[in-house]
Amino acid sequence: MSNYAVDISLTVNGERVQSRVDARKTLVDFLRDDLSLTGSHVGCEHGVCGACTVCVDGEIVRGCLMLAAQCDGTKVVTIEGLSDSGEVADLQTAFEQRNALQCGFCTPGMLAAAQDLLKRSKKVPSRGEIREHLSGNYCRCTGYHAIVDAVEAVAQGRAKGR
Amino acid sequence: MKPAPFAYTRAKTLKEAVTLLAKHKDDARLLAGGQSLIATLNMRLSAPDLLIDINGIKNLNGIAKKGKYVEIGALARHAQVEHSELIAKHAPLIALAMPHIGHPAIRNRGTFGGSIAFADPAAELPACLLALGGEIDIAGPRGKRKVKADAFFKGLFETALRPQEMITAVRVPAADKATRVGFAELARRHGDYAIVGLAASARSNAKGLGDVRLAYFGVGDTPVRPKKAEAALASGDIDAAVKALDLDPNDDVQATAKTKKHLAGVLLRRVAKQLMEPRG
Repeated sequence: MSNYAVDISLTVNGERVQSRVDARKTLVDFLRDDLSLTGSHVGCEHGVCGACTVCVDGEIVRGCLMLAAQCDGTKVVTIEGLSDSGEVADLQTAFEQRNALQCGFCTPGMLAAAQDLLKRSKKVPSRGEIREHLSGNYCRCTGYHAIVDAVEAVAQGRAKGR
Repeated sequence: MKPAPFAYTRAKTLKEAVTLLAKHKDDARLLAGGQSLIATLNMRLSAPDLLIDINGIKNLNGIAKKGKYVEIGALARHAQVEHSELIAKHAPLIALAMPHIGHPAIRNRGTFGGSIAFADPAAELPACLLALGGEIDIAGPRGKRKVKADAFFKGLFETALRPQEMITAVRVPAADKATRVGFAELARRHGDYAIVGLAASARSNAKGLGDVRLAYFGVGDTPVRPKKAEAALASGDIDAAVKALDLDPNDDVQATAKTKKHLAGVLLRRVAKQLMEPRG
């Protein structure tokens, strides 16, 4: 009934995955170690830094604060899925153009959180709203200003395209 | 760090969860949103033998108005409460507090019941529940019981919950025309635990304010009601209320006791203004 290993079946970036995982394995460690999806980064491992941000059933979550065992039956999308599908292509371009990444460690989480905001916003979010939505993602190169610039530019670009 | 090994099981019903807790006692922990629990496991501040995942229990995440009360299921996610029209209309204090809880990714997972059960002294929801004079529904091996918020928060991360019990719902009085609420907090980064925070409710009457309930967080082992300041505010004197603030915070990593006391006064002025304004 209760086990140290748990069988899970889920979808990761559109592909069916079945696996037996240690009960104590977090989602982000499962993605990185078992599926070699190393785009999601492991920073603080206690929910503060946001580098491990991934989408589970359409909502962003901390990959370090959810167990892989809890993801049975879910649809997980990582930064690899978001970039391969082209969903965040404009964000990636804007980050590059505006120097919104330096070392790049926080970038996968930043992109996932930014895309979550833009996807949900009915109008162009203010800079304050962008900052608030990204408040859970640390950039230790402290390039926040450029990151907000990039997200704002994409929000405006997408609004024009609509 | 990585958690120490533990076993994992899913409880499908409330009865199953309570039975498992009764069997494993202190060796087991309930896993709801996990936004505090998994962090403490990762840091090995906690090392239970068994996690009982209660996320699959049905009918524990509802938000409903029941007569003069608003009932929030223990498994309601913060994001669900944050975006609930029912909460915005009938429990405006909770709606005000929601955006301050963690960050969007945390609010997508964290649960209302989990936050109350964990009882972090710097957390928003225990203070809201205290300010509103709410009530907590508890299920255990000996059946169900209710505990008032005033009697629930006992000490640092310590509540009236017994080891084999779990929260099933919380209830707060639904707002009416006379209800006034206020909320403010100061944190180093938006979404971080507060340096000092204040949740408040009152009822407007012909003389001004009555039934003033101030609940500070981040200034003690539990959310704290400064009763002298409440009385002063009820008589309409904000300066006297700030002067009367009966709080005794300790120094912590965020600020000294002196700074916290000063900030508590700043927040009281802000919140008093909100309490005195009619609801828009």
